Amino acid sequence: MSEPSTKDSGATKTPMVYICGECHNENEIRPRDPIRCRECGYRIMYKKRTKRLAVFDAR
Amino acid sequence: MDNILNDEKPRVILGEYKVTQNLPSEPTVLDEKWDLKTFKKRFRVVIVRSEENELEFDLIGIHPFLANTFRRLMLSDVPTMAIEKVHILNNTSIIQDEVLAHRLGLIPLKADPRLFEMKTDPTAEGTEQDTLEFALKIKCTNNKDSSKDSLRAEDMYKNNNVYSKHIKWVPIGKQKERFSDVGPIHPDILIAKMRPGHELDLKLLAVKSNGRDHAKFSPVATAFYRLLPDIKLLREVEGEAAERLQKCFSPGVISIRHEKGRKYAVVANARYDTGSRNVFRYEDLKDAVAMTKIQDHFIFTVESVGALPPDVIFMEAVKILKDKCLALLDELSHV
Repeated sequence: MSEPSTKDSGATKTPMVYICGECHNENEIRPRDPIRCRECGYRIMYKKRTKRLAVFDAR
Repeated sequence: MDNILNDEKPRVILGEYKVTQNLPSEPTVLDEKWDLKTFKKRFRVVIVRSEENELEFDLIGIHPFLANTFRRLMLSDVPTMAIEKVHILNNTSIIQDEVLAHRLGLIPLKADPRLFEMKTDPTAEGTEQDTLEFALKIKCTNNKDSSKDSLRAEDMYKNNNVYSKHIKWVPIGKQKERFSDVGPIHPDILIAKMRPGHELDLKLLAVKSNGRDHAKFSPVATAFYRLLPDIKLLREVEGEAAERLQKCFSPGVISIRHEKGRKYAVVANARYDTGSRNVFRYEDLKDAVAMTKIQDHFIFTVESVGALPPDVIFMEAVKILKDKCLALLDELSHV
């Protein structure tokens, strides 16, 4: 259980990339930063798609 | 009426409200015991029309069960290659992963299935002998070259439409030397529509299987048979009635002959008649025609999807039947 918490503290320093819901610009946002697009000022942000591999049956 | 129809051919007579069988006095394929000698004597194959992806041929003097066996084998037992697994590394287009995977699976692939083996263990890693790998990596961007005021998507964006031609073959092992031409049969199948920023990055794995497993593996678009229609005029039909009679059948079945200012109907070619019984709507025409079908004359139409030529598909079906029979004999000998 201790491992995820240490990971969390590591993640707080690195910025996350979010996509603006209005202009689709990629924004780097840190914790406690205002949630606001640097390009257009829109306040709705979306997460990027996972980089994890997804395998589907073509059926 | 019976005199005209009583020849050596087994027929069904299409009546107004019923179908009656009219069998010749000698035994036919419909009622005799199966006998190789008589079958060999009677059986004939006639190729009527052969195009790149379509074949029409007649099997004459064959038992209905055998004709149906070949049809079923072509539909669901002759194998081909098709995309089976889709590894999605990235998909930011609006089409959902599973829908995209399903669409990709249905794309017909150009690869000779006879050169591959069936994959026995679906969880195992694919090998050179049983798997084809493809990659589809494409990104939609704004088209900076077009300064025009065009609002057409194809002018404004690059790669806004993803087609099957964008699928690239990735040879495994020695596949590059073994096969020359592998990929989608049709280059212009629309897979997805995208807008700037949308991206596809996929790894596609194709395997060999048959139509029984999934319809995408079926080598034929259609494979069907019908009985040869035979239409006979029992009395002369002339004048306006002849034109009416002509309209009761498919185009080309009845032709009108002009002779000394008199016109009368003759049967030109009954082969492509649909067997509709429109004649029976006319009281004055219904006694003039005998609509029949020859019961041991099967007209096969095989339309290939493109992986194998239609004649090869039929030959493969025959081979599969032979193998199945040998397997049965082998099983029986071990009882």
